Amino acid sequence: MKSMSNLLLNRAIDTTFKYVGIFCTFSALAILGIFLVNIAMEGLARIDWDFLTSLPSRKAEKSGILTAWTGTAWILGLTAIISIPLGISAGIYLEEYGKKNRLASIIEVNIANLAGVPSIIYGLLGLEIFVRILDFGGSLLAGSFTLALLILPIIIVATREALKAVPKTLREASYGIGATKWQTIWHQVLPAASGGVLTGIILALSRAVGETAPLIVIGALAYVPFVPTSPMDEFTVMPMQIFNWVSRPQHEFLVNGAAAIIILLVITFIMNGIAIYLRNKWQKKINW
Amino acid sequence: MTRKTTEKIIEGGLALSGALTIIVTLGIIWVLFSESINFFKEVSIFDFLTDTEWTPLFTQKHYGILPLLSGTLLTTLIAICTAMPVGLIIAIYLSEYAPKNFRNRIKPMMEILAAIPTVVYGFFALTVVTPFLQSFIPGVGTFNALSAGLVMGIMIVPMISSLSEDALYAVPKSLREASYGMGATRFQTSFKVIVPAASSGILVSMILGIGRAIGETMVVAIAAGQQPVLTFDPRQGVETITAYIVQVSLGDVQHGSVEYNTIFAAGITLFIFTFILNQVSYWLKKRFHEKYE
Repeated sequence: MKSMSNLLLNRAIDTTFKYVGIFCTFSALAILGIFLVNIAMEGLARIDWDFLTSLPSRKAEKSGILTAWTGTAWILGLTAIISIPLGISAGIYLEEYGKKNRLASIIEVNIANLAGVPSIIYGLLGLEIFVRILDFGGSLLAGSFTLALLILPIIIVATREALKAVPKTLREASYGIGATKWQTIWHQVLPAASGGVLTGIILALSRAVGETAPLIVIGALAYVPFVPTSPMDEFTVMPMQIFNWVSRPQHEFLVNGAAAIIILLVITFIMNGIAIYLRNKWQKKINW
Repeated sequence: MTRKTTEKIIEGGLALSGALTIIVTLGIIWVLFSESINFFKEVSIFDFLTDTEWTPLFTQKHYGILPLLSGTLLTTLIAICTAMPVGLIIAIYLSEYAPKNFRNRIKPMMEILAAIPTVVYGFFALTVVTPFLQSFIPGVGTFNALSAGLVMGIMIVPMISSLSEDALYAVPKSLREASYGMGATRFQTSFKVIVPAASSGILVSMILGIGRAIGETMVVAIAAGQQPVLTFDPRQGVETITAYIVQVSLGDVQHGSVEYNTIFAAGITLFIFTFILNQVSYWLKKRFHEKYE
């Protein structure tokens, strides 16, 4: 009799836990939902053409995000130019060349470490090296270099995983017809891995677009009344503008913040959407 | 140029970009150390570690890191107490209970949750969670540790659930089947067999979550406030190490002044914490992989 009730009890616990699991999973998503609805209600009405094309202003209703989104576009471009070649090269080295040597294993531990360094610490690095020693000032260039270093580990890890997924047979066929190691990598392995590499790059850049803390530290300005026209110009970016508006007590600025958040989220979701789409497409292709 | 030398030059170039990552680490350590040394020339390390007040921006200056540390630890504790149970339950549910196609549909949504910029989470904490908490907990301030900690917790749930799920998923099928064969339910199998077997992976997810919460900046800068007080009352406003660095960076502090050097002293404290956490998780990860491969 006792064992019978135990059995029922165990089944009941099992079923209960199943529903607890479903509840937790959906509440995480529900919070995301509440959150998006709340922001949409606050900010959606504020978005119009003027909001996208106006300079910042002391009056909330006249302020726009022109300098913020052009700054973000600059940062995105420059960070990509700096980080992509470095990240891919380092990824190739670790995966294809440095399998067993000491340098590669040190680099590997080091990358795991760098990935866990808080972004604000990169800001301190950028402040000292790029802003002061190299004398870039609080410019787009200093910001881009700082963010490029921040996302380098992500690109390296993604490149390695994409290269790892390329089958050995492809390499062997290339060696078989007399290609050198680099020719094999450049003409065969890298193109085959390009989907995975690209996914990683987009995810890394989307991270850079959302970063605020390191840019505050290097001295990105909250109030920039002009559109940057060269990499040496001072700048602001979307998250920075949002932070500035959110930190003010007046409700009108909070509404501006919500509106700017909608634009930032659209940019982030588009980038992530492209990355997820590419990954799914590439994963189907790679199952040779 | 022969093919062989070209190949060598290319390999050298590639190795150089790999080595750059080491230079970045050395650069971080060098910058933090050299500027902190300037700070510790002015302020004794004993005062830094034991003084209970942090007021470098006032006329009456005190340089005790403890209030910033308590602020950081308090928000981190709240975050991890929120994220760990929820994240682990989601991980167990997705790995042991959920149908496979459900799991495949949920995972990208969790990734979206993880991709939202942290400044957005800060807005959420300030405008949604804080008013909500104020509606039923007396004495919650406009800026408070509880709201910031809870939202940071929500923010790191996807990270913990995804890393834990990977660990659970990696446990060999034979263990599950042996347990089911003995007549155990999924619940018993999950908690008595799978979770213990994946414990080091789960621990890694927790440590990385803690590291993330300690270093998180925007949520606390927006929602937790800028009052460096030594308190463990979550309803009060506190200031974390990261929020302090932001506060100083927003102002106009001269390079070379003690105030300027404080952000590096605060930074090195933060770096040491996350460095230790990283080492522990790397070591655990290595051990875990050796066990099942």
